[in-house]
Amino acid sequence: METLEKLKEILSECKGEDLDITPETTFDELEFDSLDKVDIVMQIEEAYGISLGDNMQLSTVGELVAKIDEAVANK
Amino acid sequence: MENRVALFTGAGRGIGAAIALTLAKEGTDIAVVDYSDESAAAETLAALKEAGVTARYYRCDVSDFGAAKAAADQIVKDFGKIDILVNNAGITADKLIMRMEEADWDRVLSINLKGCFNMIKHVTPYMMRKRYGRIVSISSVVGLMGNAGQANYAASKAGIIGLTKTVAKEFGARNITANAVAPGFIKTAMTDALTEEQKQAMYKLIPLGCLGETQDIANAVKFLVSDDARYITGVVLKVDGGMYI
Repeated sequence: METLEKLKEILSECKGEDLDITPETTFDELEFDSLDKVDIVMQIEEAYGISLGDNMQLSTVGELVAKIDEAVANK
Repeated sequence: MENRVALFTGAGRGIGAAIALTLAKEGTDIAVVDYSDESAAAETLAALKEAGVTARYYRCDVSDFGAAKAAADQIVKDFGKIDILVNNAGITADKLIMRMEEADWDRVLSINLKGCFNMIKHVTPYMMRKRYGRIVSISSVVGLMGNAGQANYAASKAGIIGLTKTVAKEFGARNITANAVAPGFIKTAMTDALTEEQKQAMYKLIPLGCLGETQDIANAVKFLVSDDARYITGVVLKVDGGMYI
C-alpha cells in the first residue's frame, strides 16, 4: 500500500496533475509516452535505490508495485 | 522574456558574457556557470546586475558529470527553475594532428562536447516537468568545414551539432527546443592580435568582407530562445558573414 502511495505521487508529478490510481489502473489508460516512462522508471530507481532495467513490459500499476517491492526485498 | 531563468556556461568573459548581457537586458535572470574563479567574472556579474536582473555565479567544471548535476540542482534551488540553457563553454588547444597529444584531444572534447551533454543531461529533467525549455549550444563553422590545426576543436563543434539534433528529437514532445549557433570569425582579443596581412587574407574568405561582432552571436541566441523561434528546433544557425555556404 505504501508503495502504491509513493508511486501515485511519482506518476502524478510526471503527468502534471493529481492522478487517481488503483492497482488495476493500466498504463494505457494513463497515456504515458516513452519519455514519461523513462522518467518514471528513473524516479522510482532514485527513490528506492533500486535498478529496474530499461525494458519493463508492464500493463498495470499493480504489476509495477509488485516489481518495486520485489526489487526492494532483493536489495 | 520577463521572469525567465537562463543557465550560461562559460559566460564569465567574451562571447558568453555578451550573450548573457543581451538576455539580461530583456529581463532574463542569469546563472553563470564557469570554471575559473568568480573574480574573473566579476565584471560580467556587475554588468548583469546593473541590467536589473538576478545574476549568480556557480563555479563548476562542466566536463565533470557530478559537478554539472550539482550546479544544475543548486541553480533550480536558488532560482526555482531553468528555462534556458546556453552551452557556451569552450576551449582550444590548436595543433596539427601530427603534433597533437592525446591529452590535447581529451581536454577539448571533454569541455566542449561532454560539457554540453552533461549540462543537457542534468537540466532537461527540470525542463521536462515544466513542459518548456530552450537550449542553444555554441558550435562553430569550423565544425562544418574543418580547419587545419583544429582536429579536436572541429570534432567537438561538429559533435555539438549531432547532439543538438538528437536533443531536438528526444525532447520535442516536451516543448523543449534545441538549436546550435555556428559563429565564423568573430572580433575578439585573439583576432585583434592578427597582422593586417592575415586579416586581409581572412576577409577574402568572407562574402560580407568583415569580421563578426560578439553582438551578432548574442542576437542570434536571443532570437533562438525567444517566442518568435518557438517552431524552430534542430537547426544550425550560421553567423559567419557567408564564410561557409
